[in-house]
Amino acid sequence: MDGAFPPEAERPTDPDVDLRVPAQRRELGRGPVLLLAVIAVGGAVGACARYGASLLWPDPASVFPWTTLLVNTVGCALIGLLMVVITEVPAVHPLTRPLLGTGVLGGFTTFSTYAVDARRLIDGEHTGLALAYLALTMALALGAVWASVVATRRLVGRRPR
Amino acid sequence: MNWLLVILGAMVGAPARYLVVRAVQARHDSAFPWGTFTVNIAASLILGLVTGAVLAGAASSRVGLLVGTGLCGALSTYSTFSYETLRLAENGSGLLAAANVAASMFGALGAAVLGMEVARAVWG
Repeated sequence: MDGAFPPEAERPTDPDVDLRVPAQRRELGRGPVLLLAVIAVGGAVGACARYGASLLWPDPASVFPWTTLLVNTVGCALIGLLMVVITEVPAVHPLTRPLLGTGVLGGFTTFSTYAVDARRLIDGEHTGLALAYLALTMALALGAVWASVVATRRLVGRRPR
Repeated sequence: MNWLLVILGAMVGAPARYLVVRAVQARHDSAFPWGTFTVNIAASLILGLVTGAVLAGAASSRVGLLVGTGLCGALSTYSTFSYETLRLAENGSGLLAAANVAASMFGALGAAVLGMEVARAVWG
C-alpha cells in the first residue's frame, strides 16, 4: 500500500484470501513455501487453543455446546478487529493476514463442529436445543463481527460508509 | 500425543482451506463466497463421517483428534464466514448475505447428517 486508504475494490471480502486484491493474487507465486508454512503454524496455534478450551470446558453430546459457541463468537470478534486493522492501517506486514486471519482464527473457529454438535443434539432427541444452538451461534457470531468492525473503524479513525 | 495429532491435522487443514478457496475463486468470480461455503460443507461431511466412525467403534479417538479436531476444525471456519457475510450486507447484497447464512447453516447440518448416516450404514 502507498500510504493512502486502499480503494474499495482492493478491500478484501474473504479474509482467507481474496483474488480481487492484486497483492493477494500474487502472494502464492512469490513465496509459496513460507506462505503455506505461516498458515499451517497459525492454524495449529488456533486449533490448539480450541482443543485446550474443549479440554477445560468439555461439551458433552447431549448438552448445549457452550464452549464451541464461545470459541466461534470470540473468533468472529477478533477477525473483525484484524480485518479493519489490515485494510485501514497502511504498511501492515503482508504475512499478517495469512498468519492471524487464515491461520490462527481460521484454525480456532470451526463450522464443522458447529454442524456436527447440532446433529448430535438432534440424534439425542434435543431438536429444539439444536435449533436454538444453530440460531444463537449465528446471531452471536454475526453480532460479534459487526460490533468489532464498527468499534475498530472508529478507533482507527474511519467512519462507517 | 493428543496435542500432536491436533497440530498435525490443523497444519494440513488450514493450508488446504487457503488453497481450495484460491482454486474456487479462480474459477468463479462471484460475489457469493463459494470458496468458504465449499470448505465448510466438505469439513462438515468429513467430520460427520469421522464422528460416526468413532461412535460406532470403527475408528479410534486418535483418528477423531487428527482428522476431526485438527483437520476438519482448521479446514472449516466461522470467522471467515461471518466477516464475508457482514461485507455482503454492507455492500448492499443483503439477499446474498441471507442466502449465505441459510445455505451455510443448513448445508453444513445436512452434510453432517449425511456423513453420520453413511458412517452408521457402513460401520454401525
